[in-house]
Amino acid sequence: MHSFTKDQSSWIPNGQAGVMSLLRPLLLDVVPTIQQTAALALGRLANYNDDLAEAVVKGDILPQLVYSLAEQNRFYKKAAAFVLRAVGKHSPQLAQAIVDCGALDTLVICLEDFDPGVKEAAAWALGYIARHNAELSQAVVDAGAAPLLVLCIQEPEIALKRIAASALSDISKHSPELAQTVVDAGAIAHLAQMILNPDSKLKRQVLSALSQIAKHSVDLAEMVVEAEIFPVVLTCLKDKDEYVKKNASTLIREIAKHTPELSQLIVNAGGVAAMIDCIGSCKGNIRLPGIMMLGYVAAHSENLAMAVIISKGVPQLSICLSEEPEDHIKAAAAWAIGQIGRHTPEHARAVAVTNTLPVLLSLYMSTESSEDLQVKSKKAIKNILQKCTYLPALEPFLYDAPPNILKHVVGQFSKVLPHDSKARRLFVTSGGLKKVQEIKAEPGSLLQEYINSINNCYPEEIVRYYSPGYSDTLLQRVDSYQPLTK
Amino acid sequence: MATLARLQARSMFVAQQYYFRNSVVDLFRKKEYDAAVKIQSWFRGCQVRAYIRNLHRITTVIQKWWRSYLGRQEYRLIVKFASCAMKMNFYNAMAVRIQRRWRGYRIRKYCFNYFYLKEYLRAVSETNDAIREALEEFAEMKEREEKKADLEREEKKRDYQARKMHYLLSTKQIPGVYNSPFRKDPDPWELRLQKAKPLTSQRSKAKPKPCISLSDWLACTSARSFPQSEILPPIDRKQCQGPFRDITEVLEQRYKPLEPTLRVAEPIDELKVARGEFRRQEWMRNVNDNMFLPFSSYHKNKKYIPLMNSSSKYGPNSYGSQHFRDENPKKWICDKDFQTVLPSFDLFSKYGKLYSKAGQII
Repeated sequence: MHSFTKDQSSWIPNGQAGVMSLLRPLLLDVVPTIQQTAALALGRLANYNDDLAEAVVKGDILPQLVYSLAEQNRFYKKAAAFVLRAVGKHSPQLAQAIVDCGALDTLVICLEDFDPGVKEAAAWALGYIARHNAELSQAVVDAGAAPLLVLCIQEPEIALKRIAASALSDISKHSPELAQTVVDAGAIAHLAQMILNPDSKLKRQVLSALSQIAKHSVDLAEMVVEAEIFPVVLTCLKDKDEYVKKNASTLIREIAKHTPELSQLIVNAGGVAAMIDCIGSCKGNIRLPGIMMLGYVAAHSENLAMAVIISKGVPQLSICLSEEPEDHIKAAAAWAIGQIGRHTPEHARAVAVTNTLPVLLSLYMSTESSEDLQVKSKKAIKNILQKCTYLPALEPFLYDAPPNILKHVVGQFSKVLPHDSKARRLFVTSGGLKKVQEIKAEPGSLLQEYINSINNCYPEEIVRYYSPGYSDTLLQRVDSYQPLTK
Repeated sequence: MATLARLQARSMFVAQQYYFRNSVVDLFRKKEYDAAVKIQSWFRGCQVRAYIRNLHRITTVIQKWWRSYLGRQEYRLIVKFASCAMKMNFYNAMAVRIQRRWRGYRIRKYCFNYFYLKEYLRAVSETNDAIREALEEFAEMKEREEKKADLEREEKKRDYQARKMHYLLSTKQIPGVYNSPFRKDPDPWELRLQKAKPLTSQRSKAKPKPCISLSDWLACTSARSFPQSEILPPIDRKQCQGPFRDITEVLEQRYKPLEPTLRVAEPIDELKVARGEFRRQEWMRNVNDNMFLPFSSYHKNKKYIPLMNSSSKYGPNSYGSQHFRDENPKKWICDKDFQTVLPSFDLFSKYGKLYSKAGQII
């Protein structure tokens, strides 16, 4: 009899709701092994497909499971918790159905069981239910799961720790109140201790949980920082596992984005250097939180932006900008570079010497870039150009920039040239003056004013020499000249 | 009578005169009256005017005094406010002076302190270098550990293999596989085999699957599986309220050993296990594991699948089953068989003579 159910569980059906009516009486069988195997079969079916999960719910099997969950032995509890997890993972409606039949209380009772396997299954089911939205998380927390999950984290079994950390992460990601509830249960201290654990999957979940807690508000982020995660978290940035690196950089990003003081703390602990090395060693989406973290740190104040610059952040960001294939990562890198370079001329110069501006310009002008990328690169170029006084980097812009950017470039030249004679000479010899004369501007516009102020820096003959059509006027004069006849 | 006539003649005149004189007196009286009225009205007017003038004078005095009183009050208020305003302006000016100095000091010392900023940036870059070094060391350490673990695993595997293959060790008479006499020195495996202890057969048997029985559940209730946190609860926690049972009683209750009922005393699949045991005992005594079949060709129920090379669309090729030489009688030079000049193998001489006479060769 139970071999029959085992075979059925490995059979992949196509929309067979009749299976439920076959399995349901087996759940009430006298022999406990049959009950367990039937529950396991139900779980595997529901796991495979969400139509089957709905069939499980519609077949009124859940109340029976919940009722016997409270009484049976641990194998049945594990199998029943597996069924609840498999049903609850597909969609919020199915998870709501599980909550409605009162499964949460029994699952929370299972969390207090002696057997670690039962605890793991119950914690997994609760985590999957809480994953979908804030109401379901609130229901899970109201059933009293948070303190028990924190107890589960302290257990010696690694798998149980992983699942409990993942469940805490799913609960606290929805809203600040839920995160506060998790923190009130004392989760932060234990999670912070487990960062040092060598198991990489555990580290992934722990870092994810801490980042979901820290992202909501300044107080929560400060509480996470007070648990003394720095500088230990920086060692996670050097881990072999890619997702550990990604979650660690997400955590640091969520902490850095709130206030300048928190960013200062991270910079003082050497986090910026570690992050830049981490960005250099990974590719693709793993880099994205690290890039955003650098942008947030630089955005707060100019001292922090200068700290990012001296940690050699700008060359790394420009490498990311040029070699990443995906547009959203390029957009993030462009935004971060803009935040670094927009503060003072020193910052703009540091960005300009790495030859990033032509790359940004080409991204802005290319038709293949997404709209987001174009908007961000345009903003970055504008912000940097408005402070840039490093003329060798500005000169290429005279040649291939669109008019709205050209106006800023010419404006910068008009600010710098009146005061610097060497720059004036260089401007003439490199052909910049010639290019400026060729620019057509409406009289009275800002661009015309800038061109006039540039022209005022030079003697009139040079301006006339470089103005277009000068050779024609000279030839006309030759034509009209009458030599003096003796 | 004459007088009467005279009077009557004069009556008209008298009437006229009476009327005339009355009217004149009337006129005169009117004039007098008007004059008297005029004089009296003028005098009364003077009286009243004098009275009103007096009143005016008095009210002016009163109003003058009252207005001066109000004016002085207002003046006092104005002076008070003006003095207050002056004082506040003075204080503000002094406060601005202080604040100006303080703000300049603060900005110069803390916010835009160039030297401090340079120091800070230098300190940050030093910390960065230190962190980078520390992280490099950490990564290197991790790699070394991994390599070491890998090497150890390799070593263990090779050791286990050497123990399994210990019988390949060379003896005095027969050089082993790894100790070929043509080599200058023996293969390193040879040395490893020399060092290895032979593996006993019991060790190599696979560990039995952990069967879940009642005693395991008992083991689970031991103190080992209770949640243990390294951090003890703080001492100054509020005392829990309420009368408590004696702790020995509680522990006794909690760790009471299981007294299972008869039904649960045996495992669920006891019957299956017993059958399996019986079967194993039988198997030990078996000579042949195959089942005893009633007929000798009982197992020959499979259809024979001929070789692809010897069958064709039209039936099996007779080459290979009926004749084993490709013979083409049309090409033969003569009908007689070969004559043996040299003594042939026995086999060749028996060719065609050992098989059944139902074939071609006679």
